[in-house]
Amino acid sequence: MKKSVFLGTLAVAGTAAGFAAADAHSSGTLAQIQERGTLNCGVSTGLTGFSAPDANGEWQGFDVAVCRAVAAAILDDPSAVEFVPTTGQTRFTALSSSEIDMLARNTTWTFSRDVDLAFEFAGVNYYDGQGFMVPRELGVSSALELDGATVCIQTGTTTELNLADYFSSNNMSYEPVPIETNAEAQQQYLAGACDVYTTDASGLAATRATFEDPSAHVLLPEIISKEPLGPLVRHGDNEFGDIVRWTLNALVAAEELGVTSANVGEIGNTTENPEIRRLLGTEGELGAMLGLDADWAARAIAAVGNYGEVFDGNIGESTPIGLARGLNAQWTDGGLLYAPPFR
Amino acid sequence: MATLSDPPAESFRLSQLIYDTRYRSLTIQVIVFILIMLGLWELVSNAIQNLSALGKDFDFSFLGNRAGYDINQRLIEYSNDSTHGRAAVVGILNTLLVAFLGCVTATILGVIAGVLRLSNNWIVGRLMTVYVEGFRNIPLLLWIIVIFAIMTEGMPQPRDFRGDEPEASMILGDSVAVTNRGVYIPNLVFTRSLGGNEMSEAADGVEAAIVPSVSGADWTLILVVLALGIAASIFIGRWGAAKQERTGVRPPGLFWMRAGAIVIPVAIVLIVLGATLDYPELTGFNFSGGVHLRNALIALWFALSLYTGAFIAEIVRAGILSVSKGQTEASAALGMRPSWTMNLVILPQALRVIIPPLISQYLNLTKNSSLALAVGYMDVRSTLGGITINQTGRELEGMLLLGGFYLITSLVISAVMNVYNNSVKLQER
Repeated sequence: MKKSVFLGTLAVAGTAAGFAAADAHSSGTLAQIQERGTLNCGVSTGLTGFSAPDANGEWQGFDVAVCRAVAAAILDDPSAVEFVPTTGQTRFTALSSSEIDMLARNTTWTFSRDVDLAFEFAGVNYYDGQGFMVPRELGVSSALELDGATVCIQTGTTTELNLADYFSSNNMSYEPVPIETNAEAQQQYLAGACDVYTTDASGLAATRATFEDPSAHVLLPEIISKEPLGPLVRHGDNEFGDIVRWTLNALVAAEELGVTSANVGEIGNTTENPEIRRLLGTEGELGAMLGLDADWAARAIAAVGNYGEVFDGNIGESTPIGLARGLNAQWTDGGLLYAPPFR
Repeated sequence: MATLSDPPAESFRLSQLIYDTRYRSLTIQVIVFILIMLGLWELVSNAIQNLSALGKDFDFSFLGNRAGYDINQRLIEYSNDSTHGRAAVVGILNTLLVAFLGCVTATILGVIAGVLRLSNNWIVGRLMTVYVEGFRNIPLLLWIIVIFAIMTEGMPQPRDFRGDEPEASMILGDSVAVTNRGVYIPNLVFTRSLGGNEMSEAADGVEAAIVPSVSGADWTLILVVLALGIAASIFIGRWGAAKQERTGVRPPGLFWMRAGAIVIPVAIVLIVLGATLDYPELTGFNFSGGVHLRNALIALWFALSLYTGAFIAEIVRAGILSVSKGQTEASAALGMRPSWTMNLVILPQALRVIIPPLISQYLNLTKNSSLALAVGYMDVRSTLGGITINQTGRELEGMLLLGGFYLITSLVISAVMNVYNNSVKLQER
């Protein structure tokens, strides 16, 4: 008798849980964020310069800036972000299960992730490629000399697949050491448990910057893949997808148009350039089309600065990570950054 | 004269379903059954609906696609051109390997520690107490990581072995190398391998020679011969026991006959195959040749064995304590040595108490091997349940397969152990 009652309760509870889960998907992400008052943003578990908590526990970095810009555009508060650290393996599940609203975690835009995993990439915030790092004392100067090496590799990433392709197409063998996070890889690499660490070149530079003696490690010249990294959202919620895409575009366009976090306050009213006026909401209805206030882009730029400021402040040549703009320069400077027109 | 009339036929009323205790339990069960079915249906249809909302279908065909990633420890042929299905099989074999090694080592450790904890020697007894309590009360994951960290941080790198005056050297007559990438031990190879041998290239003044190699067929043959030898040994043992019961005299040299039945056929096979040892050698970045026991395997194996061994030690201790003290005193009165008392009187009786909880420990160990993830051991959780799911986005299908695998493995282990349990449990007549 007791058991029957228990089972009955269980069945009812199960049914209720089922209904609750079904409800979560019915309303839009934007409405949920506005109602919650915070943006749940998935970031990496810690990659200096891209996303890592600083000494005060505040998340800082290049990817973090995207989260803050979106939060500023939607909620008018760049600190209204709940950062959720994800690993290479957990990130997609976290996003598709709605644990996070968006993912800004040096994730490569690939066909199958866009189409088969049913995500939507909002654009590219960093054009990257996979590289190799080895200790200088090993005397290796090219990736083609790595036959038989032990390679530390983050599992569940595109780099894992590129590595397998690169070594087999060059007829070389290697011993993969699978690891979960960048911190673990760093520790294994420094202990000499692997000869080589491979990941995106930007990640290698960021990791090397945290070493005691960065000059004892060399990045090999070979870049073996294209890794366009960018923020992504779930398929099917185009309203929210548009906001993330155009927030990123606003940061890029702001740099091209000369809008900075310093002048964003008054330039909208003083400038004669109609594109700047539309971007900053002093002319036209762009904000309303997104379902946001007119000054959404101005808020995002004021919060984190334009793309150039974000780059220089977190990973640029004046920081310990010291990445050159390279492909990530504006199209007007010979790079690939190109924001579609704001009109 | 009293007339007997039939009792009035009881008419069934609907309210009896609730108020009549004869029907009430049935009613409740039917209602609960319907509710459970509704709940299940709701869960399944909810899953289907959510999948379609996400634009995903339910499809296992990803198992036939090219995996594209490499696995370092593989017991069968596998490359990044193989399928996800094969990657899952490689992972399954790795899981079974570490579970098997762990169960064997944990049992040996557990029995020794359990017996020694009851020792009259104060130091030995306390040492075992420290071991058992230390491992039982600290999470397994910590032990795995501790052992892995010791192996990675504490051992020399392969390049330390290089040069005229190397910082590190190989042990056991230059045959075993302990490095921070794992332990390299000699491998058994055959000059007349069943898989076929290649010839080395002839050079000036050097004749072409047979390159020793090893194939799966060689090991299958050895294992089959070994199994037959063990069967023969058991048969000889039974024959000896029967003869002893009949005549009262134990056949002389029984132990040597049993040992010979196992060792001699295997030795003959090894000689016929031309067995030699392949020693690990430092070439290029790493050691090559020999067998590479990776740190991840060692850490997982040791941690699982030590952790589960501590639990088994408690089970063994409880089993021994369950045997009445009078049994010990009686065997002492017969003039038996303490070691005979333990092996012939106490342990056989204790086994009846020990086996059932031991099954649970084997199941625990097997399932705990999924903590392999922490040290990058490529078990089925890491291949099928990790990389494959991540690269294909088939979480639901992958997790169902993974759950199915652990379920089947657990059921098989417990079925096999129950057969053994039936053979040692108290025979009631």
